[in-house]
Amino acid sequence: MEDKHQWPLYEVFVRSRGGLDHKHAGSLHAADARMALEHARDLYTRREEGVSIWVVRSTDITASDPRDADSLFEPARDKVYRHPTFYDIPNEVKTL
Amino acid sequence: MRVRDEDLFRYVLRLGDLSLVLGQRLGQWVGHSPALEEDLGLANVALDLLGQARLFLSYAGEIEGRGRGEDQLAFLREHGEYLNPTLAEQPNGDFGRTIVRQVLIDAFQLELYERLTSSSDERLAEIAAKAVKETRYHLRYSGGWLVRLGDGTEESRARVSSALEHLWSYTVELFAEDEVDHAMAERGVAPRLADVQKTWSGHIDALLAEATLERPRERPYSWFGKQGAHSEHLGYMLAEMQYLQRTYPGARW
Repeated sequence: MEDKHQWPLYEVFVRSRGGLDHKHAGSLHAADARMALEHARDLYTRREEGVSIWVVRSTDITASDPRDADSLFEPARDKVYRHPTFYDIPNEVKTL
Repeated sequence: MRVRDEDLFRYVLRLGDLSLVLGQRLGQWVGHSPALEEDLGLANVALDLLGQARLFLSYAGEIEGRGRGEDQLAFLREHGEYLNPTLAEQPNGDFGRTIVRQVLIDAFQLELYERLTSSSDERLAEIAAKAVKETRYHLRYSGGWLVRLGDGTEESRARVSSALEHLWSYTVELFAEDEVDHAMAERGVAPRLADVQKTWSGHIDALLAEATLERPRERPYSWFGKQGAHSEHLGYMLAEMQYLQRTYPGARW
C-alpha cells in the first residue's frame, strides 16, 4: 500500500552534456513527475551539472536480485575470449 | 546634494526591493519547509531573487552617486526608505499562502522583465534579460504548486482559496501608476503598467482555471509600499535582516 504521508520516490538521471549518457545522479521524493523534474533541477543541477534530466518512479525499475549474482554474472568470468583482446592490431592503426 | 536622476533611482530601488524583500521572506522557509526537496526549491528561488536585488541595488547606488553600494542599500536603510510593493513583505503564513504570494509576484516580474529587456536604459535591459530566465522557472515552480494545491485535497484547496482572497487586494498596488512609473514610461525606460496588468491578468486567469480556483472580486483598496508606506510586517522582517550589519558594521565572512 502506498504511504499517503510520504511522496513516492523517483530516481534521477542527468546528462552532463550533449552526446553523453544520462547517468544516475540520485533519488528524491515528489508528488508527481513534474514536481520530480523541478526538484531534480534544484537538487542535482544547481552547479551546472547537466543539460537534460530524466526522472522515473523507483517502483517502475525492475532490478536484479543480488542473491542471483552467482548465476547471472559468474558464468562470464571464465570467458575471456569475449573480450576483443585476441586480435593483432596493425602498426598503422594509431588511435584504437 | 540632489540625486542626479531621482525618478530612475526610485524606480530601480523598487525593482531591487521587490526582489530583496521577497527573497528574504522565502529564505525564512529554510529548515521549515514541508519537505527537504521544497526547502531547496524555495531557497533556490530566494537566491535568484537575492542575485537580482544585488544587480538592481548596485545600479541604484551608482545612479544615486553618493557612494552607497548594494550592501548599504540592502541593510542600512530605514523602514520608510524601502520601496517594494506591500505584497512582497506579507508574512509567509502557511505553505499555501507563500505559494499564492509567489505566483502573483512571479507572474508580475515575468511580464515586467520581458518588457524591460527592451528598455531604453541599457543596464536595466541587461539585468532584465538575465532575470527573465530565472523568473520563468520561478513561475513554473509556484504555478505548479498552485494547481496542485487548488485542485488538491479539500484542505489544500481551502487554504489556497483563503490565501488568494487575503492577498488579492495587494495586487492593486502592483499596477497603480504613480509619477515615477509615469516618468519612466514616458522615457521608454519602463513599460506602461496597464499593459503589464493585461498580460499578467491573462496569465493568472489561466493558472486559476487550471487550479480550479475562482478569481477574487476586485477591491478598490490600495497600499503604498512603493512610496515607502508599509504594512506593520516589514519592520519585523528588517529587524531580523539588518541585525547583523547593524550590530557588527561592515561584517564580512
